Amino acid sequence: MVNTKVVLSGIELDNPIIPASGTFGYGYEFAEWYDINCLGTFSFKGTTRDARFGNPTPRIAECTAGMINAVGLQNPGVDAVISRELPKLKECFHKPVMANVSGFSIEDYAYTCEKLDKEAQVGWLEVNISCPNVHGGGMSFGTSPEAAAEVTRAVKAVTTKPVYIKLSPNVTDIVSIAKACEEAGADGISMINTLMGMRIDLHRKKPVIANRSGGFSGPAIKPVALSMVYRVYEAVNIPIIGMGGISSAEDVLEMMLAGATAVEVGAANLIDPMASKNIIDDLPRVMEKYRVSSLSEIIGGAH
Amino acid sequence: MNQTIFEIKQNVRIADNTYKMVLSGDTSDICRPGTFVNIKLEGKYLRRPISVCDAVEGELTLIYKTVGEGTEQMSSMGAGVQLDLLTGLGNGYDISKCGERPLLIGGGVGVPPLYMLCRKLREAGREVTVILGFNRASEVFYEQEFKGLGARVIIATADGSLGVKGFVTDAMAGVDYTYFYTCGPMPMFRAIEAAATTSGQYSFEERMGCGFGACMGCSCKTKYGNKRICRDGPVLEREEIIW
Repeated sequence: MVNTKVVLSGIELDNPIIPASGTFGYGYEFAEWYDINCLGTFSFKGTTRDARFGNPTPRIAECTAGMINAVGLQNPGVDAVISRELPKLKECFHKPVMANVSGFSIEDYAYTCEKLDKEAQVGWLEVNISCPNVHGGGMSFGTSPEAAAEVTRAVKAVTTKPVYIKLSPNVTDIVSIAKACEEAGADGISMINTLMGMRIDLHRKKPVIANRSGGFSGPAIKPVALSMVYRVYEAVNIPIIGMGGISSAEDVLEMMLAGATAVEVGAANLIDPMASKNIIDDLPRVMEKYRVSSLSEIIGGAH
Repeated sequence: MNQTIFEIKQNVRIADNTYKMVLSGDTSDICRPGTFVNIKLEGKYLRRPISVCDAVEGELTLIYKTVGEGTEQMSSMGAGVQLDLLTGLGNGYDISKCGERPLLIGGGVGVPPLYMLCRKLREAGREVTVILGFNRASEVFYEQEFKGLGARVIIATADGSLGVKGFVTDAMAGVDYTYFYTCGPMPMFRAIEAAATTSGQYSFEERMGCGFGACMGCSCKTKYGNKRICRDGPVLEREEIIW
């Protein structure tokens, strides 16, 4: 009998599998496919202070072993998330959930996090300072250690729950940004968000995506994510939620060996609505194959 | 919605760049006309959304045009190949509002979903007129199949090589209808919007990520708020569309 449990900032997860924000809505779309209570938890759709429609379409492009999206943080705004989406989420998911937050100013982040922090079902806050698809916000906070630390401090000052800062890979030195977040009081690091990418339509001879560039995700980026998680693990003492191309139970073990305490599954959910459940179901078999009796014991094991 | 394996029974060219694929498998989640399936293809990351031409118990018919790598790959598949499909996606057409004499207007690759719609309307005893628009005669398909359902069929070709010369809106003049249903390209939609005299439903196309409402890749604004083409559509009512 294998043990898949891990502890994420004091909250025990039945397994380390967490569908990633933006690929899982508020959960109820997937509850039509399977009982989502098998998940460790999930990170709900990125929430901002005000409602956002997002970018014009097309927002999606295909790549070799991956995809590009430029949705642009479409969401109904924090008040509607709390009044409309979280009650629906609660009906189909009965564990602590991860609240994903984006913003366009330090005040935005603090405002939205403070509201979501008060929601009983929110177990963790995941602060996205790495959205590549929105001008003037998101990623700009994730590209300098000082700005990342400033967001972290502002959010920590108004919240009580564990705060994970979600980092962008589109930086020169992700390690220094992770360290700055840790020093500013972050409880953990979530990494990596999507890589900047583009496809060009040969018929129109223009970018496929209306926003021109977007965030590249999928199996193609897994080696990038592993390398970054590996390096950040050596530099910080707070837990890491690892993500980037995770599509199988084998990928989960690989990411945990690199240093992740838990693992987010993103694009795979969009290709196969059962992906996260299938990974969970397959974990015991793969753990036995690689002689892993307890997942929590392999965190950072590759170092 | 369902995820299930289908097996190709037949995959044949029926017109210029146009193929008909018949598959066997569990069609129990394909209820309304105008829904679509999302097909996993070997070596392709995203699934391919294809509208359902018809579905009866155990058998699914798709008609698709080769417009890119995915559909070209599909066109080379033979009988016996198994495909992973998500079925029962999208809202589909609402046939309850059609009145006695519904008009169906299809343009090119927008024609296929009208077939199952026509069948359902005929089974409900409606007097159906179908206008099928193409660029030229070599692109025309399914004229006889629609006639076989007992519908009045009018073909329009842009170059006049078959049927009415011109666009579907040229063929609409003189048709007495109580409601319309359409699927096709945006320029055709705009022309219909200008010409139509009743309520109706439009089935839209958009690049999709997931096809089942999770990724927000295919959102659009409507008079009734933001909608996802894949989940809240692809069929929108005339009254809610912002042109």
